[in-house]
Amino acid sequence: MTTEYAVELEDICKTFPGGVQANKNITLRVRRGEVIGLLGENGAGKSTLMNILYGLLKPDSGRIVINGEEVSLNSPQDAIVRGVGMVHQHFKLIPVLTVVENVVLGLEPILKKMDVRSIPGGRTIGSVLPVDFKTASKKIEEIGEENGLPVDPSSKIHDLSVGLQQRVEIIKMLYRQANILILDEPTSVLTPHEVDELFVTLKEFVKAGKTIILITHKLRESMALCDRICVLRDGELVGIVERKDTSPSKLAQMMVGRPVVFTTQKEPRSPGEVVLSVSNLSVLDNRKLEKVKGINFEVHAGEIFGLAGVQGNGQTELIEALAGLRKPTNGRILVGSVDITGKRARFVREAGVSHIPEDRQRMGIILPFSVEENIALGSHYRPPFAAGLFSAILQLDVIRSATEDLVEDYSIKLSKVNALASTLSGGNQQKVVVARELATKPNLVIAAQPTRGLDVGATEYIHEVLIGLRDRGVAVLLISAELDEIQNLADRIGVIYDGQMVAIKAPGEATPTELGLLMAGHTHESSDEEVALS
Amino acid sequence: MNQRRFFFIIALVAAIIIGVIGIISMPVQQQQIAGWLVSITMQMATPLVLAGIGGMYSERGGVVNIGLEGIMLMGAFTGAAVTYYFDNPWLGILGSVAAGGLLAAVHGVICVKYKGNHIVSGTGVILFGTGFTTLMLEVVWHQKGRGELITNTIPDIIIPQIQSHPFFGPAFSVISPVVVFMFVLTAISWYILYRTPFGLRLRASGEDPSTLDSAGVSVEWIRVVGVIISGCLAGLGGAYLSIGFGSAFAKEMTAGRGFIALAAMIFGNWTPTGILGAGLFFGFLDGLNYFIQIYFPALLPFSNYIAMLPFLLVVVALGLIRKSVPPKAIAKPYEKEKRA
Ligand SMILES: Nc1ncnc2c1ncn2[C@@H]1O[C@H](COP(=O)(O)OP(=O)(O)OP(=O)(O)O)[C@@H](O)[C@H]1O
Ligand SMILES: [Mg+2]
Repeated sequence: MTTEYAVELEDICKTFPGGVQANKNITLRVRRGEVIGLLGENGAGKSTLMNILYGLLKPDSGRIVINGEEVSLNSPQDAIVRGVGMVHQHFKLIPVLTVVENVVLGLEPILKKMDVRSIPGGRTIGSVLPVDFKTASKKIEEIGEENGLPVDPSSKIHDLSVGLQQRVEIIKMLYRQANILILDEPTSVLTPHEVDELFVTLKEFVKAGKTIILITHKLRESMALCDRICVLRDGELVGIVERKDTSPSKLAQMMVGRPVVFTTQKEPRSPGEVVLSVSNLSVLDNRKLEKVKGINFEVHAGEIFGLAGVQGNGQTELIEALAGLRKPTNGRILVGSVDITGKRARFVREAGVSHIPEDRQRMGIILPFSVEENIALGSHYRPPFAAGLFSAILQLDVIRSATEDLVEDYSIKLSKVNALASTLSGGNQQKVVVARELATKPNLVIAAQPTRGLDVGATEYIHEVLIGLRDRGVAVLLISAELDEIQNLADRIGVIYDGQMVAIKAPGEATPTELGLLMAGHTHESSDEEVALS
Repeated sequence: MNQRRFFFIIALVAAIIIGVIGIISMPVQQQQIAGWLVSITMQMATPLVLAGIGGMYSERGGVVNIGLEGIMLMGAFTGAAVTYYFDNPWLGILGSVAAGGLLAAVHGVICVKYKGNHIVSGTGVILFGTGFTTLMLEVVWHQKGRGELITNTIPDIIIPQIQSHPFFGPAFSVISPVVVFMFVLTAISWYILYRTPFGLRLRASGEDPSTLDSAGVSVEWIRVVGVIISGCLAGLGGAYLSIGFGSAFAKEMTAGRGFIALAAMIFGNWTPTGILGAGLFFGFLDGLNYFIQIYFPALLPFSNYIAMLPFLLVVVALGLIRKSVPPKAIAKPYEKEKRA
């Protein structure tokens, strides 16, 4: 226990069935009490490496040493007992269960006087003795209080926002007394405010002597938090650098292998006629609460309209109403001269609307389908993908060549075009969705969090594509939790708060602070004061 | 939600009390008929509820078990054969539970370990159960169609104190321990499912096995155990037919009860209390059928339509009244290296 290192990974190799070599001879030593960043393009093998350390995947070869002890991890249990905890890229929470149930799963406390798990055979008997949910709830509340992570133990996961769900994931690690914390892209689903909160928490953990491994695509974040940063590319370790010896652009170059432009250049806009006009639109959410309250705005041809707002202020419902996935209760949506209010998704798509949904795994792709099939979805019923009588026959060769072109254009990393979408890395799944939606030659693109989970190179590419569309006269509605992205791309910025458009500004017209205040619901007059103060 | 459940329970208890008061203020003969109906309802419901709750253990863990029919047959046969040889119905019960568990274990291993298709394997279980028991019937009793009468069946519990009461007498004074066990099992299963580590893990395994895996629990174990429990209970349900309610094994004597048990499980939304309710309801329709045969022979030609009712009602109820929510990861084999 006296070694300097909390974790030593030596010569880790992993090849997936299907032939993708996700990790090639990776050696990584993590010092006790440090924050180490793991960077790399989509599909570079970051999640794979961490899943190996957590015991979810078995390496083909290599040594794993945790706290000086060489281990062979057969299941996450072996890692958990050695103090390793992990927050996965796609959360491991069960929506229909409560917070307590999710937290205690696998490590359930038994009522004290009945706990027989220490005697031989007691484990089996113990598994049908009553779980002490009361003590567990109390402990969760305690952990929450100590670490500034309050959450109601009895609420169901599906009633919680993504930010709160992540909180539960962190509590789950702390409940298991993990001191080596792996966080796989914890910030990609959070609002800027939630990111700040998370970082405060993480800094507290470091002070308490915990070791943190942080995967992120946001260079700014790794520069803010990490002591050292380790870069992977194509499954290989490119290098490990001290934070003080590096800069975001150096890191980006290490990751991608070429210099990266951070602020995309764009010509001044030349807006055309109105493409999307939304008037007086009201939409209910699943619980029948009014989430969009009579919103009005227009998007012109050849402009990117950025919609900024804190999650949960009606964006999701607005997007779904625009995409034909949710019936509005009031108002009108026009695309060009076509009224699409309350029409079905296919009608909306045929009116020239493309939709990049915010939750890719739920609405963007079908995981057990191949990449080709996913690319064909939505256009599968019409030429060129379908032909013959009633367009009843899929043109598999056309679909294949279209997919191959898109895979090439968007540099989607996969073993073959008929690989299942579920075998792609998170970022590459996103690329498939974006590629499909932009390939249909739309005249309106609804892009909700289009770069969520994408690496810097891919983000840059998608930004270029969006700007290219705009220059060709397409109207783009961009919804993003990241102010940077919106300020960079948008020609006009609308701020949504509590289901209403509280302001529409030109990018130069408002500072990030001002926008932040608007997003937090400060009206114009009061925000002036506070800006003056700051 | 909790409040709603609370009111539901109160309403249910009130309805039962009012119903009972209503019945015991009726003329004696009608009380007797009502008592008899209550008794037959419980008896007909028992195999359905046992197998249905069994199916719940399997499906809550994520393994479809359409093989209940075959497993019940297996239990019915084994129960009868063991009782026949050893002249002890308790050994018969033991045998039926073991045989049911064993057959289910095969299904479990095929589905969980070898990632076989649950429906195909389940169909195999049905075919095997039917074929094997038909064959063994001839081997054991040297008869076709029906085995010898078993005299020493599971003894009923007799409560002399209420025997003379016109309603409670026929309803409860002679009651099989297996029927009592049906109610006990419902309570135990509720407790296991919602209050114990095993239940939590079982539910997690059926909803999202990768989460259970990453919590450090073996998904395969939990699922196989769930399937084996389903087999034990379905086996017991079968034994009740041959050495409890009836007193001989007959070829294909389950007559589709395994499938009605599945319907009860779906109708009961994969919860113990729901399955008990659905099972009692189907049992009541069954009882009504007997009732008509005995008391209204004129309606006999229509008895088939009444026998059809449960299926019709399930379709209507599931289609119109409430959507049932099956476990999310049901019938999906879990492979570590594949990701969700
Ligand atoms: N179960 C699997 N079967 C086949 N290939 C896989 C599997 N899991 C991952 N891969 C492949 O391994 C490579 C590395 O994937 P990994 O998830 O580690 O990437 P990542 O660095 O986490 O990317 P991202 O930033 O997009 O999440 C990818 O090319 C991916 O397609
Ligand atoms: Mg990843």
